Amino acid sequence: MAVDLVHVDPTRTIVLWCPDWPVFAACRESGLDPGSPVALTEGGQIYACSAAARRDGVVRGLKLREAQYRSPGLALLDYDASLDMRVFEPVVRRVEETVPGVQLVRPGTLAMRARGPARYYGGEDAAARALLDTVAALDVVGARVGVADGPFAAEQAARAAGGEGGSPVGIIAPGASAAFIAPLPVRLVVDARIGTLLNRLGVRTLGEFAALPEADVRRRFGAAGAFAHDRAAGREQARVLARTPPPEFEVAQEFEPPLDRIDQLAFAFRLRADEFIERMRAKRLVCTGIRVEIDDEAGGHSSRSWLHPRWFTPADVVDRVRWQLQGAGTADSALTRPIVRLRVVPERIDSTGNHEEGLWGGGPDERVHHGLTRVQSMLGHDAVVTAAIGGGRMLADRQVLVPWGDRAPERAGEGAGAGAPWPGSLPSLAPASVFRERLPIGLLDGGGAVVTIDARGVISAKPERFALAGAEPAPVRAWAGPWPVVERWWDAEHARRVHRFQIVDDDGCAWLLVRDEAGWWAEARYD
Amino acid sequence: MTAPLASPDAPSRVEELQARIRGMQATRLDSKTVPTHPAFEQVLPGGSLREGTVVSVEGSTTLLMALLAGPSASGRWVAVAGMPEFGVEAASRFGIDLERLALVPDPGRQWLAVVAALADVIPVVAVRPVGRVSSAEASRLTARLRQRGTVLLVAGQWPGSDASLGVETSRWHGLELGHGHLSDRDVVVSAGGRGEFGRRGRSRLQLPGRSLEFRVSDDEPAQLGEPVRLDEYVRRAV
Repeated sequence: MAVDLVHVDPTRTIVLWCPDWPVFAACRESGLDPGSPVALTEGGQIYACSAAARRDGVVRGLKLREAQYRSPGLALLDYDASLDMRVFEPVVRRVEETVPGVQLVRPGTLAMRARGPARYYGGEDAAARALLDTVAALDVVGARVGVADGPFAAEQAARAAGGEGGSPVGIIAPGASAAFIAPLPVRLVVDARIGTLLNRLGVRTLGEFAALPEADVRRRFGAAGAFAHDRAAGREQARVLARTPPPEFEVAQEFEPPLDRIDQLAFAFRLRADEFIERMRAKRLVCTGIRVEIDDEAGGHSSRSWLHPRWFTPADVVDRVRWQLQGAGTADSALTRPIVRLRVVPERIDSTGNHEEGLWGGGPDERVHHGLTRVQSMLGHDAVVTAAIGGGRMLADRQVLVPWGDRAPERAGEGAGAGAPWPGSLPSLAPASVFRERLPIGLLDGGGAVVTIDARGVISAKPERFALAGAEPAPVRAWAGPWPVVERWWDAEHARRVHRFQIVDDDGCAWLLVRDEAGWWAEARYD
Repeated sequence: MTAPLASPDAPSRVEELQARIRGMQATRLDSKTVPTHPAFEQVLPGGSLREGTVVSVEGSTTLLMALLAGPSASGRWVAVAGMPEFGVEAASRFGIDLERLALVPDPGRQWLAVVAALADVIPVVAVRPVGRVSSAEASRLTARLRQRGTVLLVAGQWPGSDASLGVETSRWHGLELGHGHLSDRDVVVSAGGRGEFGRRGRSRLQLPGRSLEFRVSDDEPAQLGEPVRLDEYVRRAV
């Protein structure tokens, strides 16, 4: 085909189309074969299906049971829109390396202007083949390319190309696009409501729609109708709007030979961390959340997200890497498996404008933050905590400790919080010391026997003596109880049935005691 | 002279007045006071906490919380190190702002370094020491505290503390034999100190009162008795 390579119509467009992309992406994620019958479901209906499933008669919008009846071997997966995008992103990047100025129409479909690639590769067909080779290198099977005037016609050309044994490239000669799309159904350019209406009016194909007077279409169907009319007539005004590739900030470092000491790793990564933050600063961005990924020699992989109360500095990034490597060990301990690769990906990025320091500095809280971060780098991320009061009956449930810099875990609804009524919780006087591990104690009656509580919640005798583990029993001055706490009786694993007592011992110190199946415990002390 | 001087308790009265005058006038530039809960006016030698001092608080977490509540209410940050059983809910009810509370539950062997790092940025730090503190380490930290103007509250013994408070007796109310629940308590707090905090004595406080407040018990007059010597006090506390 002799195309005038100098005077190419600016609306000439190349469209790359990967058929059934949602199915392909889901198969790649879950490890299924895209050649087998696979369908994605959304809201109890089929959203998309593979070619094999389509041969069995599965179509979009079918009910699940009907689809399984038609294709008994059908594998069903949940549709995940973000997965489509995520799996397509590497394809977009690869195509951008081959052809600049790519518009992402939707996951699975890319549009680009034809003029540049056609000149560079020496013809539209050659450019299309180069594109197909590019995506084939990423193991994307069945991709097709269409070239026509305008993105809409080009996409239809791509869809029409291929088929059984046909060429995967469909090229519509300049000026022939309107004739090419004329026999296609009219619902390709209008929504379902207008489509039904046009069908009733006897307008079934794009050609028939294009034959209607433009002014009448505009008057009857408004701007959207006029836009659809332009498309149907092959007069599409839309140009390819190339996307700006998002800047790359992630940094990774390979270690050869693998390193097994945390201090070595932290030192080796320091430069990359500087570069990581510096690159963002150059774009006037700050990072408030990162993900650290660590690969070890044995193929193990650890990935964790870290938040920052302000924004990350290079030293903070290195600290997070160290904490993640460290786990429970100390900074100078050796790792069990040497590390081959470290990767830091920014997860939350914000403009520096939102994090500008005040003219006279950020106030005292900034100093506090630096001080607490210093303690964290001495002891580990979890060593410095801030506290909040949560909901619950047991005292340990009521205090929520959050490492400095992390966000408090969100509770299920407001009703579950500290302010909600918790029948069976303690009166307003809270004990000053809440033991992390309950202390074993003994509560004895006058005869020296352990006080027990029967199934009806009645004590065997009045408590008269109280003893901490290993200490001499001392008289009980005052006591009250048992106060039953019964929680989650519907859940065998987390059910709790305990009785509480308050006592005052001989020294005038008050205790909160708990009786469970295992015996008597001190839960807290009022001291 | 007038009659009051001739009364039998004149010397202690004079001493008390002098202490109040000392409390009100800062003798050194850096001995500024830290806002303290008003209940401690009678208890603390000098009437309130002073910047750069070490106060040892023994035998009661509530007493420690009461000392932290004043600075916290005035907008200062407070930190608690080495006390894993520090009751957060009680702290919040007693008036410590959890937004400005940092906890380091297990500083382990590095607790001294942690306290030093915290003292750089946080004006009131409470700590429970692990093991014995040598006086050299203590004085090094004290110098740092004085430079930063940080108050260190020690839940335990501290060599050369400026003041020490302890609960001598505590009596809970509200709980009887088999009924009721804990509501309030009266404690006798003994205070001792050195230097300008020299006044020693005992005072009765409600820790806490019926509506979770701290105040001086007013139902009985404070039994100030004769001054307790520091060494005697320490012996009693141990």
